[in-house]
Amino acid sequence: MNTNLVDLIYLISAVFFILGIKGLTKPKTAVRGNMLSAIGMLIAVVITLLDKSIVSYEYIIAGVLVGGAIGGIMATRIQMTSMPQMIALLNGCGGGASLGLAAASYLLTSGGEGYESGVMGGIAVSFVMLTVLIGSVTMTGSLVAFAKLQELISGQSIGFTGIKFLNAALFISAITMLGMLCFDPTNSTLFWGLIAAACILGITIVLPIGGADMPVVIALLNSYSGIAAAAAGFIMGNTVLIVSGSLVGASGLILTQIMCVAMNRSLTNVLFGVMAEGSEAIDADEVYAGKVKSAQAEEIAMILETARRVVIVPGFGMAMAQAQHAVRELSDVMEDKGIEVEFAIHPVAGRMPGHMNVLLAEAEVPYDQLVEMDRINPTFEQTDVAIVIGANDVTNPMAREDKGSPIYGMPILHVDKAQTVVVIKRSLSPGFAGLPNPLFAMDNCLMVYGDGKKAVIEITAALAMS
Amino acid sequence: MEMIVMQLALFVLSLFLGVELITKVPPTLHTPLMSGTNAISGITLVGAVIAAGAGDSASGLVHGLGFIAVVMATINVIGGYLVTNRMLAMFKRKN
Repeated sequence: MNTNLVDLIYLISAVFFILGIKGLTKPKTAVRGNMLSAIGMLIAVVITLLDKSIVSYEYIIAGVLVGGAIGGIMATRIQMTSMPQMIALLNGCGGGASLGLAAASYLLTSGGEGYESGVMGGIAVSFVMLTVLIGSVTMTGSLVAFAKLQELISGQSIGFTGIKFLNAALFISAITMLGMLCFDPTNSTLFWGLIAAACILGITIVLPIGGADMPVVIALLNSYSGIAAAAAGFIMGNTVLIVSGSLVGASGLILTQIMCVAMNRSLTNVLFGVMAEGSEAIDADEVYAGKVKSAQAEEIAMILETARRVVIVPGFGMAMAQAQHAVRELSDVMEDKGIEVEFAIHPVAGRMPGHMNVLLAEAEVPYDQLVEMDRINPTFEQTDVAIVIGANDVTNPMAREDKGSPIYGMPILHVDKAQTVVVIKRSLSPGFAGLPNPLFAMDNCLMVYGDGKKAVIEITAALAMS
Repeated sequence: MEMIVMQLALFVLSLFLGVELITKVPPTLHTPLMSGTNAISGITLVGAVIAAGAGDSASGLVHGLGFIAVVMATINVIGGYLVTNRMLAMFKRKN
């Protein structure tokens, strides 16, 4: 087939991808956007299959059947709480596919002999090796991220003091091999060495990163998988790969940045496992001593009854307790009583960007009730009751007031400004940041101790009866 | 050389377009955005089928790598689009 025609059709599918992402800018158009994007994919794949350069179809058909079955089963069976694991696996597959494709294209040029000599050949080889490098790191790094999220291995930082130097050594040797291959593409030992170094690097980069930083890592690996696809596009001179790869790369980068800001962490700190140090140790007993008040479900129901506006602040603890549906029922009962109910969603409320929204959408909470941090924060002063369920660090006023605190500067939800704050929590144990939360000791704060789901159901029942 | 410069230009412009587009996606849809872009990055399928379908002149290793690439890219495409659709279908307005 005419290459120009093929390229034009690739352009059409690139446009479909762009329209697809544009559709995702509004919940109303999002389903259609996803369809458009899928149509773009179908067009690109069909035109490639019709293109003359394909000789044998056995491996393709077998691959599509196997991959389609795995992908289909994963997509339909996965629990919404496990979505970060699914994304980690998809990132890994993206990296792996780019790696496989780059390696195959290298071997197709009879082990590097087919490349032109001189600058052009060098550039061509450098694209192949870059794809190999990024693809390998993405693949193994994502697998480690998956294992951590699935708790196959400890979610805590794993490593030893010198791991930074090991990573640096691996990275430098990978880059050196990449450079040497550009001058001598036929050296297949270097080629396999590069793959090995990059695969190990992916593992040792992600292992030391702690569980709290996982949202950043997933977003970053998402970006890498896109960049790997774009680099693969340079190998094949394929425009649609370049365009879509860079779209994905940009998306991952933006989400990485959003997560970093929301956690008050710089990307370097996340990648090198550096935690901020507080200037003085804070004693939990001193913060809480005699000031924490607790309440029963009936008392909370009485307070809610007179409220006009209630904001629910969910954290991942709510999802762990499987309390989403119970929370939605509480919200329904309150709305029936004419109370205005909104949900305040901190960017890191879930385990990945937007995760909490999906969990609440699954529990049939309408999306217009889910309000992002910047928009809901000014409204807390007009809020009668804020109900915090399974969230901790994102409500800690120390982030706003205590300059010596390690979380100082982290954007938080200003729940303490509400008339009454109800915190549903098992105990006074600290969150990921390991800090006591002065919110719990405030005059307007009431603690409801116990299992999130059970407590919410009790409050709902008490409120419905009154 | 001209070709590579053109492709680089395309790459850089797409990055900027990506940044412009993605910043408009509301936080509510960030998870479907990630799975949706994962599906899009399954576009490597286009390159993978070329490697997997290279014909008998290619070695078994090439076919093997091509096959693995096709499997992984298809997981991304099918898994990505399906799970995105499943999530987006749950997002409902009030009433």
